[in-house]
Amino acid sequence: MLTLNINQKTYTVDANPDTPLLWVLRDMIGLVGTKYGCGVAQCGACVVHLNGEAVRSCVTKASRAEGKKVVTIEGLSPTHTHPLQTAWLDLDVSQCGYCQAGQIMSAAVLLKENKKPTDQDIDDAMAGNICRCGTYLRIREAIHLASELQEKQALGK
Amino acid sequence: MFKNKIEYNIRNYVSMEKTKTNINRRAFLKASALVGGGLLIHFSALAKFEIAATSVNAVNPVQWNELTGYIKITADNIVKILCPNPEFGQNVMTSLPMIVAEELDVNWKKVIVEMGAHDNVKLGPQFTGGSNSMRMYWKPLREAGAAARRMLMEAAAKTWGVPVEEISTKAGMIIHEKSGKTGKYGDFASKASSIPVPKNVKLKDVKNFTVVRNSQKNVEGTKIISGMPLFGLDYRMEGMLIAMIQHPPAFGMTLKSFDGTEALKMPGIKNVFKLKLYEDGFEQGGFDTRTFNDLLVIVGKTTWEVMNARKKLIVEWMPAGDTKDTMGGRGGKKEVIVPGELENTTNQHQKMRQYASQPAQELRKDGDPETAFKNAAQIIERTYNAPFLAHNCMEPMNFFAHVTADKALLVGPLQAPGWTEPTLAKVLKLTPEQIEIQMTRMGGGFGRRAYGHYLVEAALISKKANAPIKLIYTREDDTTYGIYRPMYTATYRAALDANKNLIAFHVKGGGIPEHAIHANRFPAGAVDNYLAEGWQIPSNITIGAFRAPRSNFNAAAEQSFLDELAEAMDKDPIDLRLGLLKRAKESPVGKNNEYDADRYAGVLQLVKEKSGWNGPEHKKFSRGVAAYFCHNSYAAHVVDMTTKDGQPYVERVFSAIDCGIVINPDAATNMVQGAVVDGIGNALYGGLTHKNGVVEENNFHKYRIIRMHEAPKKVEVHFVQNDIDPTGLGEPPFPPVFGAVANALYKSTGQRFYQQPFSSPQQVIPAV
Repeated sequence: MLTLNINQKTYTVDANPDTPLLWVLRDMIGLVGTKYGCGVAQCGACVVHLNGEAVRSCVTKASRAEGKKVVTIEGLSPTHTHPLQTAWLDLDVSQCGYCQAGQIMSAAVLLKENKKPTDQDIDDAMAGNICRCGTYLRIREAIHLASELQEKQALGK
Repeated sequence: MFKNKIEYNIRNYVSMEKTKTNINRRAFLKASALVGGGLLIHFSALAKFEIAATSVNAVNPVQWNELTGYIKITADNIVKILCPNPEFGQNVMTSLPMIVAEELDVNWKKVIVEMGAHDNVKLGPQFTGGSNSMRMYWKPLREAGAAARRMLMEAAAKTWGVPVEEISTKAGMIIHEKSGKTGKYGDFASKASSIPVPKNVKLKDVKNFTVVRNSQKNVEGTKIISGMPLFGLDYRMEGMLIAMIQHPPAFGMTLKSFDGTEALKMPGIKNVFKLKLYEDGFEQGGFDTRTFNDLLVIVGKTTWEVMNARKKLIVEWMPAGDTKDTMGGRGGKKEVIVPGELENTTNQHQKMRQYASQPAQELRKDGDPETAFKNAAQIIERTYNAPFLAHNCMEPMNFFAHVTADKALLVGPLQAPGWTEPTLAKVLKLTPEQIEIQMTRMGGGFGRRAYGHYLVEAALISKKANAPIKLIYTREDDTTYGIYRPMYTATYRAALDANKNLIAFHVKGGGIPEHAIHANRFPAGAVDNYLAEGWQIPSNITIGAFRAPRSNFNAAAEQSFLDELAEAMDKDPIDLRLGLLKRAKESPVGKNNEYDADRYAGVLQLVKEKSGWNGPEHKKFSRGVAAYFCHNSYAAHVVDMTTKDGQPYVERVFSAIDCGIVINPDAATNMVQGAVVDGIGNALYGGLTHKNGVVEENNFHKYRIIRMHEAPKKVEVHFVQNDIDPTGLGEPPFPPVFGAVANALYKSTGQRFYQQPFSSPQQVIPAV
């Protein structure tokens, strides 16, 4: 039995500890916001936060998550109003939408560590997230906007 | 399995729904009686609901009054608009309902949008593809909205005892100015739903639109960014099992024998069996394409358990040899031989060179090209090549199926339910009324999901396993399965006279397994002597529509060639095209010229203006231009290339599009920007190679997809402003990107690029 802390809730699942966290989330817990795109850590659709670090859940064993805090897209913000989520809606970033949860989760770690990322910083942080629909320009813009929103929030505006 | 609270409330809510309708169709009665059917679809609708799900109880069921197949209104004035076409990122789920809302005259911000069920009687053809959604539904949706508004006005007029001519509406309110009486649409919805749907109702003036032609946000935007279940892969039902197919490792191979003993010992595994997709002699339609017919299936409880256990399958494969497919169609039954060769990319190139030197099928001839070439002062000949491409939708193929003795429920990502349903009926031996297909949001389509083999597979698996199942293709399964964009080549020849006038144009195109030539497209019609020819080489590598079929190669080759022509003729590339288009307009050559020369010239002129073409301020960029007409729309791009990390880099693009009335401007801009990125990525990086029939690029570490740092910094999109009925936008912007990139590469490197992907070594292929 695995005990996992996901989005500040405790779950006990009867899963093989070697099961990738992605499939425990999707198949056993029912949190389907984290997506399967490739299974080999190439596309970023499966990115979640493990103790604040962005990890690819398709190659992260569920046992590695025990005793740590897992955050998925569903729990990034209880009201879905993380500055990135607000920016994503403001700029209407999504086309098909399948990659966007992973994009946001990767970007969230970038913005936590780098409050004012440059285009180069964004390139480096986001190169691991594929978007087949080609919304990269809007993702970039949304990260810049989220950085501004984040700053405004911090200043209490 | 964990069941979240929201799902449970929805199920209760769904059972409380009732619909009052004057539309009596057998198809409508296909409402699923299977447990949990429609869960996902209704969840989408309720998320936007103002009434909390928990407030619904048995005493007060929600009554929907249906006014045409697209519109439902409650007494409380809640308006639901159904989207007929499934969504794969092209924004139809927002744009199509916008059209209804415009003519219906309701507050768009309060409208609930729901994906329609498969119901070709109530909701039209329901085919997402060919950039056809707007064109196909523009008039029918406007008429539906206008008719429903009229029905409500008539209901109010009857209720108030006043002439309907004195009634007006405003954003969901009914007004009788003379008496000062007002009411909500909801007040009259029930009465209105009994009124026969009127025909020939006057439509709004397109210049007065308040919803359409104004940017509206993606109706599912919030659900996407908060991780709500939306896609086929997200669909779940109690008791559902997971199935995967162990496909042969190569095209041209088939199943010989298997031993599932070790796999069956693995945790969670329920079953291992083989099954035949189509019976011998099954007449395939155009979208019944499938690569493998004898399937080895493994079924288990969870995805990972099945992924793991697959590795324990002991399988013997054997060459299939030449096989026979039976194709149906208007011309009657036809048997096609599928060659058994295990193909290699090098052999494919060799074969293509061989075929290119042999006579081909004449597709169009104007004037006397042979004589013109004989008398030419200068002949320019160039050959272009492009590889197989995989669609690589971000969400791999998958479908849910629950098949019992007398019913089939299928849920998942699919572009055209109407095309696969007849096949399901034949294969399952059920009537169409017994089959229900629900379309989820698709994580990408690009044409791949028009081919419903994976529904038929899922259905047969469910039937044999006697359980609801979700069939999942892993990324490797998906990328190696086939239904690719064909492998193409084309040789272009141009004859110039002593004054460098273009006197003849010849294109001879070929492909595996089909060529890309559109014989009636520009520059046909602009050149006195014109010849288009095509040839093809059959193959066991299956192909299908890939975002702008044929055009996606044609534009690249032809627009590169025109660039070289311009150089040889000492002409500016845009001026060359405009000159030819002027000729095509004023004295067109031949018949059936498949483009409007004015509109084609229009996008070139617009992109020339907006990009500041030839302006000295853009000197630091290597600029390439291309334009194309396909799927009824016109697109032109100027690609500005620089260098980044030592590599050619498209830094910015200017795009000019004529697609008629633009329904949702910001979403349309997003689409064009995406098509540009997609085009750059495929032109520079995309491609599949084969070795003994095995696909060598089976996941993203080998099949290169364009990424953030490779995408342009800016794509500036301009739409030609006109009031022409909307045409398509999903495909038209895509093809010319390839040509513009090739032309920019020439300016950047001094070298012409003839082989896609352009990042691959540019071999010199001996001239024919």
